[in-house]
Amino acid sequence: MRIVVLTKPVPDPASGGERLGPDGRLDRANSPAVVNGNDEYVLEKALKLVEAAGEGEVVLLTMAPANAPETMRKALAMGATSGVLVTDPAIEGSDTVATTRILAAALKTLEFDLVFAGVDTSDGTSGLVAPGVAVLTGLPYLSYAATIEPDTNARTVRVRRITADGYDVLEAPLPALISGTQALGEPRYPSLKGIMAARSKEITTIGLSDLGIDPATVGLAGATTKVVGSQPPEPRAATRVVREAPDEAARQVVALLAERRII
Amino acid sequence: MAGIWVHGEIAGDGSLAKLSTEVATLARAIAADTGGAEVVGIVIGSKPSTSADELARFVPKVLTVTEPTTADHAAGMIVAQRLAALIEAHQPDIVMTGAGPEGRDLAGALSALTGWGVLANATGLTGSPDGPVATHSVFGGKLLTESALSVGKGIVTVRPNSVTAEPADSAGTVEDATASGDLAQPTVPVVERLPAESKAASIDDARIIVAGGRGVGGPDGFGLIEELAAALGGAVGATRAAVDSGWIPYSQQIGQTGKIVKPQLYLAMGISGAIQHKVGMQTASTIVAVNRDPDAPIADFADMIVIGDLVEVGNAILAELRERKS
Repeated sequence: MRIVVLTKPVPDPASGGERLGPDGRLDRANSPAVVNGNDEYVLEKALKLVEAAGEGEVVLLTMAPANAPETMRKALAMGATSGVLVTDPAIEGSDTVATTRILAAALKTLEFDLVFAGVDTSDGTSGLVAPGVAVLTGLPYLSYAATIEPDTNARTVRVRRITADGYDVLEAPLPALISGTQALGEPRYPSLKGIMAARSKEITTIGLSDLGIDPATVGLAGATTKVVGSQPPEPRAATRVVREAPDEAARQVVALLAERRII
Repeated sequence: MAGIWVHGEIAGDGSLAKLSTEVATLARAIAADTGGAEVVGIVIGSKPSTSADELARFVPKVLTVTEPTTADHAAGMIVAQRLAALIEAHQPDIVMTGAGPEGRDLAGALSALTGWGVLANATGLTGSPDGPVATHSVFGGKLLTESALSVGKGIVTVRPNSVTAEPADSAGTVEDATASGDLAQPTVPVVERLPAESKAASIDDARIIVAGGRGVGGPDGFGLIEELAAALGGAVGATRAAVDSGWIPYSQQIGQTGKIVKPQLYLAMGISGAIQHKVGMQTASTIVAVNRDPDAPIADFADMIVIGDLVEVGNAILAELRERKS
């Protein structure tokens, strides 16, 4: 069982340090990075599947600035076997179209039974890259997974896809690409042993030329969208703090709801 | 003439997804400012007619494509391929869809098939002669950005509750269309459809949400949250901590790895308001919090915070609501 997990370093949402660069895009160099939350869930699932199979590898595939190995080590410390980093000065400012093309091209250089991705990333939250990569690689696409059950003998995989009404149970032959959610289960914390081991795990770096992609078609130069403005949101009105006893506090809450015609 | 297409999403029961009516309303609003663009609804599915009729209340013209394979296969990839063929034949400039799971799957696949860029997760949209300009909420709501397409054509995904859906003055027409070509991408069969474990009301479109966090203390504590939601006619939401503890299903989770909601009222019970939760609910019209801790982050962005025990205050609110009704 060989699983490639698409992992993205994202600015730590808890840091509050995210800012825009002069081009109106996220300034990644100056934002403290963590592994994207949804990617950790699929990574955890990949590790569990390989552990249960008793053999196999979990390989990280990341497209990011050259400092990404710092963040990738955190995912390697959880137990991933190795990593592949696609990095190139020209990819800075890439939109979802370019990101999709680059990741699909990189995937074509790897061998795998399954590809996992988080359903979205906390920085862009577009949820567009996984279905796009499926199109460009021609892999069966199973999305919004709550469970993932491969059958290595039959060479198939079953996924419970979360829908508005419940679940659709999807089945596809391997290899396949699956986007997963938090419902897959809580990610493990890296052990001290895992952290030590991660230091010597291999991260292979490849550039656009290795993938045969023209630098002019990606990054800011090739972007299909552009940021044309930004402003802080309208501030919310000051908070009313209610410290009265429960009965009186409840009266004030219900009065506010009535005043705003909510009830 | 430029064309703005609205993808009509078919819900599980065959009706039109509510989000599509909002997308259609927004499309009409920007059409006049986008060079007098024609707004056309597109419904693709095994039985598109019910959804198409509903969508026609919002747009002047709806095209339907009957695609039998979506009945028992994952629909997004199939619909994207049919839509790409229609785009090739009719040359619209803009395709709009919802930013829910179905719309995202569709938009991502369609973008890869067409090479078109995507203005993702628009919370607002304005028209201009150069094309639409979308507003997005980024960095957990700290900043609003505006973005446009670099080239004339592209896709827009629209967040739920960005506008109030309003039907057009007169209903539009529904016509059958043909989308030719093979389905080159693998089709993924649906081998079984399972109902949700919980019958909890959906938080996606809820006008009122009563949500519980770690402070609720356990699954039993959610009994009070449910009672409050019932008394207010709302749905029950939760933080990741409450979901991870197994007190309530993931379908009710609000925040970064859950859902993003925009109700009229968000009643937050025992929720500290950490950034991961805040990103999912901060655009609620009215936020009322009940929390023991006056220094909880939610005190900075709620309209009202009651400092106190959530069981005592929650029960008092219940009593007050019942008294008001009687």
